[in-house]
Amino acid sequence: MRVAVQSAPFDIGHETAAFAQAAAGAGAVVTFTGIVRDLSGGLTAMEIEHYPGMTERAIRDITLQAVSRWDLIDALVIHRHGTLRAGEPIMMVATAAAHRAGAFAAADFLMDYLKSRAPFWKKEITASGAAWVAATDQDEAALSRW
Amino acid sequence: MIDVLYFAWVRERIGLPRERIATSAVTVADLVAELSAREDRYAAAFADLAALRVALDQELSDFSAPLAGVREVAFFPPMTGG
Repeated sequence: MRVAVQSAPFDIGHETAAFAQAAAGAGAVVTFTGIVRDLSGGLTAMEIEHYPGMTERAIRDITLQAVSRWDLIDALVIHRHGTLRAGEPIMMVATAAAHRAGAFAAADFLMDYLKSRAPFWKKEITASGAAWVAATDQDEAALSRW
Repeated sequence: MIDVLYFAWVRERIGLPRERIATSAVTVADLVAELSAREDRYAAAFADLAALRVALDQELSDFSAPLAGVREVAFFPPMTGG
């Protein structure tokens, strides 16, 4: 299991290949990558703030839950902070399990929990100003699925 | 002494990322009341507690939680990771 909270970019292809290769005995590897979207058409940058210390701890707790609940062979979470541009990967999750059902479910669970339980805050910077991205009721409701 | 941290718009509204304060507050809600009474910028940041989350020693908690033994309190809006 690996959790990385970093400002540096990461290579999805490299991370996925290395993860799949190391997951001995896995019959399924699922990956999800989150990308910065330019919803308004005028996004200059996305600033991601986090809570150093708590971020790593919260992600590790969530990932350990996923590993134990779906009997994962391995799990990976990479989440960036700092200033990102539209089109850049923000984060990725990878799960490895014996069968695809567990790998898909664990990745879905991790995404729902990372969205509203990992201490990150996104701010959109546009030509007309800056605005914090608000959490939605759907984000919170998604947790009740689990 | 207790470290109080602020993130995102809470940090912007209060105007600083962290401070170390002496307090006799028994619960988080007491601490919020104490800070809000200090200056308008605190009162503005804490005006709507439903819009805020609190962590005690880096674990999510709630406003009724006791502060005994806590070293670090953090206030922030609902998280937007992923």
